[in-house]
Amino acid sequence: MSDIDSTKIPEHSRRDFLYVATGMAGAVGAAGALWPFIDQMRPDASTRALASIQVDVSAVEPGMSLTVKWRGQPVFIRNRTEAEIEAAREVSLDDLKDPIARNANLPTDEPATDVARSAGEGMESWLVMIGICTHLGCVPLGQQGDFGGWFCPCHGSHYDTAGRIRKGPAPENMAIPTFEFISDTVIEIG
Amino acid sequence: MSGGHSTYTPKTGIGRWMDARLPLPRLVYDSFVAYPVPRNLNYAYTFGGILTLMLVAQILTGVVLAMHYAANTDLAFASVEKIMRDVNSGWLLRYLHANGASFFFVAVYIHIFRGLYYGSYKAPRELLWILGCIIYLLMMATAFMGYVLPWGQMSFWGATVITGFFTAIPLVGDWIQQLLLGGFAVDNPTLNRFFSLHYLLPFMIAGVVVLHVWALHVTGQTNPTGIEVKQKTDTVAFTPYATVKDGFAMVVFLFVFAYFVFYIPNYLGHADNYIEANPLQTPAHIVPEWYFLPFYAILRAITFNIGPIDSKLGGVLAMFGAIAVLFVVPWLDTSKVRSAVYRPWYKLFFWLFVADAIFLGWLGSRPAEGVYVTLAQLSTFYYFAFFLILMPLLGFLETPRRLPNSITEAVLEKNKSAASAAEAKATSGS
Repeated sequence: MSDIDSTKIPEHSRRDFLYVATGMAGAVGAAGALWPFIDQMRPDASTRALASIQVDVSAVEPGMSLTVKWRGQPVFIRNRTEAEIEAAREVSLDDLKDPIARNANLPTDEPATDVARSAGEGMESWLVMIGICTHLGCVPLGQQGDFGGWFCPCHGSHYDTAGRIRKGPAPENMAIPTFEFISDTVIEIG
Repeated sequence: MSGGHSTYTPKTGIGRWMDARLPLPRLVYDSFVAYPVPRNLNYAYTFGGILTLMLVAQILTGVVLAMHYAANTDLAFASVEKIMRDVNSGWLLRYLHANGASFFFVAVYIHIFRGLYYGSYKAPRELLWILGCIIYLLMMATAFMGYVLPWGQMSFWGATVITGFFTAIPLVGDWIQQLLLGGFAVDNPTLNRFFSLHYLLPFMIAGVVVLHVWALHVTGQTNPTGIEVKQKTDTVAFTPYATVKDGFAMVVFLFVFAYFVFYIPNYLGHADNYIEANPLQTPAHIVPEWYFLPFYAILRAITFNIGPIDSKLGGVLAMFGAIAVLFVVPWLDTSKVRSAVYRPWYKLFFWLFVADAIFLGWLGSRPAEGVYVTLAQLSTFYYFAFFLILMPLLGFLETPRRLPNSITEAVLEKNKSAASAAEAKATSGS
């Protein structure tokens, strides 16, 4: 006969605590070991390095566009015509599906007026935006669609001459990256 | 059914030695030779075997293709062309692999529809059904990543659109997308990881197939009557009866497969995928492979916001929901009768559902505009209504036909009526 009486073992013994503590330490260790396997999938240092590019736009006359590649994505640079600017200005903010400018150079809640979408006062003719449809990432076609701006052939999103979503499944206006004119004819993106 | 005692008796000394140490021959004998199957299985029940064959064929052709393929954006497209032109028999292996994926899906869709028609998912086979759904999900992921590897225009833009689904998720969506892509757009890191995972997933499928077959052998097969096996006369031995029937079905299936491989190898593909991927130019129409078209149509059918859910998230939720709903089918169907043979209303709505799924597939290949959008919305509604409204309601509203007492009785009744019909024909003919 053993002289250990099972009725005398306390409900929460030191042993229970050790089991739980060991289990917890094991779980944290396993999670820590798992993390590098997930972390390696994130964009690597060379991809993340914010390579900024400089684009000479001196040859881009009104009515002409340029597409450049930045961070693996197309960026549309368009020198808009007077008619295009006028068309975009006439649109009331209430008619916009997305009333936010989505301009990385302005406050995040800036309304999507034509000037807020362009390169700013005095530079209204210039439109610089990431040429990726905000629906599922296709590249919209220029000067097409119901609003004379861009049309995405994948799922039928129509953008106006300021790159604002007007019709179709895309939720947001096309994004405007950080950029500035570092001289009269050179734009630095990023 | 597997509860029965093993009838395996090793005949040779080596057999007895092996049986006492690793009874693998016993497992094979009990599972694929003596294993009892219902005597009334029809050809719809041969697709499980056909699917196993296709999985093995895909792994074999895939492994040898990987010996010639280069997973790098600068080399991938050219390496696939090299397989087509320079590698000995490369054209055949690649066409077998590409068309094999399509025929894998042909077989899996027939297999799933067969399960829905005969109520194969009902208790006690819920886990068997769910394991099948997991295999189907893994198949879709494998096929999608495999389609990216040739690095053609459809590869690139298909990958862009499908990884774009994840950006619809609030807050963490962009983070998840970047995790999948390894960058801000589909690029070399994406191609590399897709190749790695495309090689891995078929073996995971094989693992789940083992569980699927295990679960099947615990409960035993269903059969067209939906009545459980009750007596010895209800069954026949797996070998030779099921083996020969499965074998014959495989041969017929492979005939059709071979016709595609040798005569119309690009019929199921898209011509744009023979143009190398160009990140700056989207093709005029992005269409996924035919086996994803119904879900693509459902994605595009949600063009309106639903409360706080915008149309983009709504479309993605509907598309994933169309697959997720399959997982809960065993609990949505309230009918006490298993097989559609004895369920007149369910049978009607089932065939409507088949037609609806095919119609959705056709709509998915059309541009997303005008009347196609409205039709896709109506078809999407029926797709979900079939599972979420009709399945639960029919169990209460429908009066099923009288069930035979056993499989044997059903078979004998059928034979008797066929014999008397033949007799009547013979008498009237003379």
